[in-house]
Formats: sequence, structure tokens, C-alpha cells
Amino acid sequence: MINLEFITNTLSLGSLYAMLALGLVIVYGILRLVNFAYGELIMVGGYTMYLLTFYTPLPWLAVVVLAVLAAMVISLLTEQVAFRPVREKSLTAMLITSFAVSTILQNGALLIISPRARAVTLPQIFQTSVMIAGTSVPWRNILTIVTCIVTLVLLTLLLRRTVLGIALRAAADNFTMTRMLGVPANTVISTAFAISGIMAGIVSIFWIARSASVTPTIGLPPLLVAFVATVIGGMRSLTGAVVGGFVYATIISLLGVVLPPGLVEFREAFMFAFVIIILLFRPEGLIRSKTSVERVG
Amino acid sequence: MLELNDVHARYGAITALRGVSIRISQGELVALLGVNGAGKSTTLGCIAGVLRPWQGGIAFEGGSIAGKSPEQIARLGISLVPEGRDIFPSLTVEENLRLGAFTRSDRTEYRRNLDEVHDLFPVLKERLQQPGGTLSGGEQQQLAIARALMSSPRLLMLDEPSLGLAPALVDQIFELIARLHQHGVTILLVEQNVDRTLDIVDRAYLMNTGLIESQGTAEQLRSRADIESIYMGVGRQAKK
Repeated sequence: MINLEFITNTLSLGSLYAMLALGLVIVYGILRLVNFAYGELIMVGGYTMYLLTFYTPLPWLAVVVLAVLAAMVISLLTEQVAFRPVREKSLTAMLITSFAVSTILQNGALLIISPRARAVTLPQIFQTSVMIAGTSVPWRNILTIVTCIVTLVLLTLLLRRTVLGIALRAAADNFTMTRMLGVPANTVISTAFAISGIMAGIVSIFWIARSASVTPTIGLPPLLVAFVATVIGGMRSLTGAVVGGFVYATIISLLGVVLPPGLVEFREAFMFAFVIIILLFRPEGLIRSKTSVERVG
Repeated sequence: MLELNDVHARYGAITALRGVSIRISQGELVALLGVNGAGKSTTLGCIAGVLRPWQGGIAFEGGSIAGKSPEQIARLGISLVPEGRDIFPSLTVEENLRLGAFTRSDRTEYRRNLDEVHDLFPVLKERLQQPGGTLSGGEQQQLAIARALMSSPRLLMLDEPSLGLAPALVDQIFELIARLHQHGVTILLVEQNVDRTLDIVDRAYLMNTGLIESQGTAEQLRSRADIESIYMGVGRQAKK
């Protein structure tokens, strides 16, 4: 049962979940905020694709790029309008704000577009497969894996080779000390939200491609996946997010294979049982970080 | 260069500073002495912008800096090496140093500072690619000071740089501070090691319970009787 199809499916799902988790953890690492409006950025990406494919003749590549940009811009806007004013207050205030932002964005989509699902027309490549070693592998899976690799390489280069990237990692270690070296808090936080939005935008392409439609509530399942993946991997490390994404995908794929048919629909429940077991033995997640718990305040 | 005028500060309901006034001139090496909880670190925090003074003024080179953000104050050339060092454990030594120079954009100045830091701390040069968290306590302290020097600070503030270090290293740190002072760096030093500190500083302030109790040159303070109480406090601290 562990054949090429299973492996590519799992790798593609893991790639998607890893990118999802990264977008959530990059903000958490610096602000200690679980941004519950993160799922709505995927919704924003989805609706951008819907609107652009429906109303404009733009080529698909342009649509995809604009969808990613839209998610990034909305992410930056939520930071400036909603999170920045409450940042100095308390973590709880930021958490509640993230719920509010999530609700506002959802209701906005509901009012402006429609509560009903909207079909997103995808290019042919998302529906076709290629034969590799006698197995039919969907192009969508290959694209997801390649995109994940490219994204991870670019993100690693940014975080290791640029001063801004180094400052981002430093801020995750110790935000106050980073500021005392002259790094502006707003620059660091804006960059984190921009990266988070870009990740959500990229994920939205592949997430929407699975159902070929977008709804106002589409953001909740990916948010949960991202949250659980980061908890498994370790909330305080980007490596942990990637590991968590792949572990989540592997467990859920294996459950789909090993569970008897009558139980497959309950595999989320089994999944959470696994998460609890992991957390019992590694309460900090699989990847531990050396850094202290600290928050902007 | 730096002037604090009647600075009050509090953490929530707890008053930490009750009217602190100090001044430091260009090129001076000045110490803030006192027991734990006297308000020394709080004073440095107020200058660095980590804590907003409740009342009172802080002026640096003529301009008010009270209430400014830490990043604004760092850009003016004030550099704090906090107690407990606070290096970035997941960044390499080189990355720590690179961030230290964040406020400087001049490449040649960066190279020059890096060379200088390598000369001062040869051990860091050997460990450039190692994560900061893998260094020993003494090496981390050296890295923290080196990182501050990378910004060519106009005012360097050191918060208990000798804390928790082996005696041989304490000697090295004090020698280094004296050497930096000779090179013309203006330094505000917070210490509990009164004897060693009075050996190297120009002047010192004695703090107790959020107030400046007395001040003077190193020689004046040595001969004063009231310093006895501070010594006693330090003695008890050290034995703990």
C-alpha cells in the first residue's frame, strides 16, 4: 500500500501543510500571537482568484501572483490597522483582535460576494496527471512539492543571507534586545506579516485547487491544520513548523490507509489522539528551541 | 553628554526609581554601584528606552530621549549590554555581530569594527560560524560586548558584565573596560564588584532603594565612611 502514489500524495500534502504552518509560526515566533485571522488570508487568495478569473482575461500565472500579493497586502493591513494599536497592551487583547479580524474578513466576503460557494476555474494542468513508473501522479501534487521546495529555499536565503532576515530570527530569540540594536519593531513585525501573507497566498492556490471553489468559511480547516502542525513541530521554531506539517500529513495519510473503511471518516479524531500522545512525550513539540519565552510588551 | 534629571520609574505599582539624577561627560568612565534592587538596571533600562520614565528628563547630547523607543535611542549611538548578556542563541556568532552593526551602513567601518573586535576577542574569531547559544558564559559575555562595539557606540552601557564569570575572566573583562575607556569610549558601568570597579572608573554614583545616595571620584568614595554600608550589602550578596 506504500506505493509511489501514496508517497507523492503524502509529500504533496506535507508540502502544503508545511507552508501553512510556516506562515502561522513566523508571526507567532515574534509576537507570541496565534493569528486566528490567518485562515482568512487563504480565503482572500481564493476570492482574488475567483474575481480575476471570472471578470478579467488575465492569464493564470498573473492571477496566481496577484492572489499571493492580495493575501500579503491584507495581512499587512490587518497588522497595521488591527494588531499594531493593541500590540503594547496584552497578548489576550491581540488574540481577541485576531478573532475579530477573522470574523470581519469572513463577513466582508459574505456581504460583498456571497455566502454561497463560488467556482474558481483552474487551468487544465490541475486536473491532469502524468505517468511515472506506471503510476498516475497528478500534476497538482508535483506542483505543490516543487513550489514548497522553491519557497523553502527562498525563505531560508532570506532568513540567513539578508540583514532583515537575520533580524527576524533575532527578534524570535529576543525581541527587546533586537530593538536595542536599532532594529525597528515595526519593520520586523511588518516583514513577518508580509511573509505570513505570502505563505497563505501560495497555500490558497493549492487549497482552492482541491475543491475548485471558495466560500467565506474556507479559512477554518487550513487554520486548524496549521495550528496543529505547529503544535506538533514546536511553536517556536520554523524548522518545527515544516517538520510538523510533514508529520501531520504522514499520520493523516497513513490513517487513511490503515483504518478500516468504516472508520476512515473519523480519522481526524485518531489524528488528534496521536497529537495528544506526541505532546505527552514532547510537550514543547518535536523541535525544541533554545530561546526563552518572551513577548513584545 | 548624558544627563538624567530627577528620573522616576515604576513597574506597575512598584516604584523602582525615586528621582535619579546623574550626568556623564564625553570620554568618561562612570559607575553605578549598589546592591541588588537598588535600581541600577532600571536606570539603564530608562536610558535605553526599554522602560518609560514616569517622571523626569533624560537628555543625550542636548536632545531629550525620555520616552523614545529602544530602536530610536540605539540609532543615536547608545548601546546597552544587558545583565545576563542576551546574545541571540540561535544566531551564529557572526550573525550576532552583524546585527550589532545594524545601525551602521558603512562597509569599511563594518570591516574595521570587525577586525577590532577580532583583535579584542580572538576566541570569537574562532567561533564565527557557531550558534551563540553553544558558547560558554564567558564567551557569551565577550560576544555581547563585541556586538555592542560593532555599532561604534557613543555611549556604552554595561550591566554587571562580570556577573557569573570565573575570576580569571572577571580580570579580563575589567581590563577590557579600562582599555575601551583609554580608547575614548564613554562608558556607564553597573557593577556590584565595588573594589574592582573603583580601580578603573573616573567617578561613581552609589545607589540605594531607587535613589542616588552619594557620588564622587573613585578616591573620594574610597575614603568615605558611608560606602561601608554598601560594601556590607555587597559582601552579603556575594556569600549567597
